[in-house]
Amino acid sequence: MAIEGADLVKAAAYLGAGISMGLGAIGPGVGEGMAAAKACEAIGRNPQEAGLLTRTMLVGQAVSESTGIYSLVIALLLLFVV
Amino acid sequence: MPYDLQTWIKVAAFAGGGLAMGFGAIGAAIGEGYTAAQANSALARNPGSVGTIFKSMLVGQAIAESASIFALVIAMILLFSNFTATSYVTVAGLLGAGLSIGFGAIGSGVGSGFPAGAACIGMGRQPAMSGRLTTNMLIGSAVCQTPSIFALVTSFILIFSDFSKVPVNPAWAALLGAGFASGLGAIGSGIGGGVVAEASCEGIARHPASVRQVTNIMLLGQAITQTPAILGLLVSFILIFKKFTATDAIAPGMALLSAGLCMGIGAIGPGLGEGIASSGGVRWIARNPAFTGTLTRTMLVGMAVAESTAIYSMVIALVLVFVV
Repeated sequence: MAIEGADLVKAAAYLGAGISMGLGAIGPGVGEGMAAAKACEAIGRNPQEAGLLTRTMLVGQAVSESTGIYSLVIALLLLFVV
Repeated sequence: MPYDLQTWIKVAAFAGGGLAMGFGAIGAAIGEGYTAAQANSALARNPGSVGTIFKSMLVGQAIAESASIFALVIAMILLFSNFTATSYVTVAGLLGAGLSIGFGAIGSGVGSGFPAGAACIGMGRQPAMSGRLTTNMLIGSAVCQTPSIFALVTSFILIFSDFSKVPVNPAWAALLGAGFASGLGAIGSGIGGGVVAEASCEGIARHPASVRQVTNIMLLGQAITQTPAILGLLVSFILIFKKFTATDAIAPGMALLSAGLCMGIGAIGPGLGEGIASSGGVRWIARNPAFTGTLTRTMLVGMAVAESTAIYSMVIALVLVFVV
């Protein structure tokens, strides 16, 4: 069975997409969890500011999410564009 | 030099058994070592409670051990069964079974050590709460074991299913991918569940009056922390049970292997992150139980955001299986 060039390229693109999204999901998951844990700590110390603290947590998590979205974009590009 | 099918089956079974027990030994050893360290630390502060602390250390270590016992069982089955296969797909199935329980036992082993260690410290600090701490530790550690049980189920299905009718080419990659999805996917949830249970044991010892809220929110947090492992199990079931059409090309197989890797690796971070988020919530509910509602709300929002990348991974995995 001879492997054709186009077939090999497709195979590499699929593998790359999976690895990109898989590894890219680790960092945001852990980082967003840390942000949420610290927000809970802050609310525990100062419950009056719960609204402000939750809002800040969400903004921080959104920024931390960005690299996960980059991975998703690269995975989708590898699957459907290149 | 060509080898016959039976030789390859033996190669896969022995290699799979080695992978299962080798990786499967990592987690339990770390978790039990952590428990023993915490028990010593507690005994240094309060040598009088040696009876309860020592007993609780051993019980906690026994639970942490169970994940690696699962790996031992699978390794024994792989070493001593006579597999009479008629298809090369079984080679991938046996390797996948070893990978699944090998990786899958890491998280639960490490995770179960955390609540046991925190319970030992708590008993040193607050001997009157020993009974309640033991109960909480047992519940928390038991929930930590669920990701490794998911991996065990996948391993059993991969070992005992009949793959003689499925087409060899894409199916080999699907079975390896199923092993990765279920096994790697269990690491994050196992450790994350342990971090939550550790915070709750610590909180009960610090503030015994908050015990009811702390145990409830711990269970809620642990349940949500299991979701990445459940997504991994789901993707591995899809990979095992979906019907594939035979092909000569290499790309369809790589897509399936990649789907398993994507879901498995992608579940590690969210599982760990949700555990950390929930541990923050549980720890501060214990210190400030009057604001349980506010803290639970923020904790749940934070966990939902941490889950998002696991969902992205699942989407990419499903696209790889069903679309491309």
